[in-house]
Amino acid sequence: MTVASYPDLLTGITEIVDEICGSATAAKVTLDATFDDALQIDSLTMVEIVVACEERFGVRIPDEALEQLKTVGDAVQYIANAGVAA
Amino acid sequence: MTGAAAAVTGLGAVTPLGADVAALWDGLLTGRSGTRLLDEPAFADSPVRLAATCDIDGRLDRVEARVLDRVQQLALIAAREAWADAGSPDVDPERLAVVIGSGIGGALTILGQYDVLHEGGPRRVSPHLIPMLMPNGPAATVGLALHARAGVHTPVSACASGAEALAYALDLLRSGRADVVIAGGAESCVHPLPIAGFAQMRALSTRHDEPSAASRPYDKGRDGFVLGEGAGLLVLETEEHARSRGARIHGRLAGAGIASDAHHVTAPDPAGTGAARSIRLALADAGLTPAEVGSINAHATSTPLGDVAEAQAFRLALGSERPPVTATKSCTGHLLGAAGAVEAIAAVLSVRDGIVPAIRNLDDPDDAVDLDLVRISPRQHAHDAALSTSFGFGGHDVSLVVTR
Repeated sequence: MTVASYPDLLTGITEIVDEICGSATAAKVTLDATFDDALQIDSLTMVEIVVACEERFGVRIPDEALEQLKTVGDAVQYIANAGVAA
Repeated sequence: MTGAAAAVTGLGAVTPLGADVAALWDGLLTGRSGTRLLDEPAFADSPVRLAATCDIDGRLDRVEARVLDRVQQLALIAAREAWADAGSPDVDPERLAVVIGSGIGGALTILGQYDVLHEGGPRRVSPHLIPMLMPNGPAATVGLALHARAGVHTPVSACASGAEALAYALDLLRSGRADVVIAGGAESCVHPLPIAGFAQMRALSTRHDEPSAASRPYDKGRDGFVLGEGAGLLVLETEEHARSRGARIHGRLAGAGIASDAHHVTAPDPAGTGAARSIRLALADAGLTPAEVGSINAHATSTPLGDVAEAQAFRLALGSERPPVTATKSCTGHLLGAAGAVEAIAAVLSVRDGIVPAIRNLDDPDDAVDLDLVRISPRQHAHDAALSTSFGFGGHDVSLVVTR
């Protein structure tokens, strides 16, 4: 399944970005948006977002995986796979 | 040896009297009290339930505020006011420095995140913990906001931190390392743990039945200080820089004197020797004689020992000169690391406006204090120079001289 198949995950991540970074940043969230360039999220804030995703979606995102999460779509795919595996 | 004075071109303050300088000055001149009863459940078991807190609701954007400790928030609000008041100077970032002292730093973050650690484990601890708890956090926050690249500094000397920051800023300007410095202090630690600590030292007032009368420097009935929070910042410039841009000048920071007691970690030297030396050094630095001191904004925290020791220091340093004395903490409470800066602002305004605020709650002056204490109502008093003193646990003595 493609990342577009998980609209609930995209909505959830958007809400997390809205809470942590504000509505202006949340408005830029798309599956293709990169966390660092497009959303201007720094490394500390990225940790907050990952922890918030873990809590919300009941998955574990290890630090090694963080490296690969360049775009919002990467995060959606990772959480979807982790959820399936769990 | 006398050094050049720095022009004071911007003022900003967040205090228990209000979230700007106008509210501070109005509060001091009308003798308002910022002290309140801490009736929140967290303080239910606290031996002391008095504090002077700030209302900053709605002053910062939610997203901006959530990664800043409250002490950083207070500093940022005061910095924006001071910077705007100075006319948002167009200064080369490499010639702009920040010096903001704090006694404790991000205490509320440390304590709050310690609770998070216990309840949720290490993975729940905020990645922003360290930049929020570090004592240089307020200076770093303001440095980032104003793009200051000539250095960002944080003197830490307990309740003298704010005054020491101004002394350091004066050095930066005189030594040519900066043209403009935004300097002062910030503090925010109204929480059951610091209150318990100060209470165990028997340093705090317990006048719960009348919070607005709890902070009463020099009064016979004083029984300790009231813990406060706040921030005070001044934009200081070299005379040349201020003139070249046609800045409006509130007054001048003309001199600073720093000494240390080496007497006891918390108790003041009863003879006031170190405090007196800091006053003499500040006057020499400003090129003034004791007779030229037009008013004094005293440290005067409302503790039984401290107020008398300070009065002794004034006698030692000023001899027979008896300029009118005010005590800002009677209204604001004790803002710890912010106190010296907020009081320097009050001293600048006293000289500028020719008026010395009254000491609130000074109903029955202590006979052991031989000073001209301004009480009941503010005193109209045209003068050209004011002395502001700050002392901190650790035996820190810092005196500042401001002039017209």
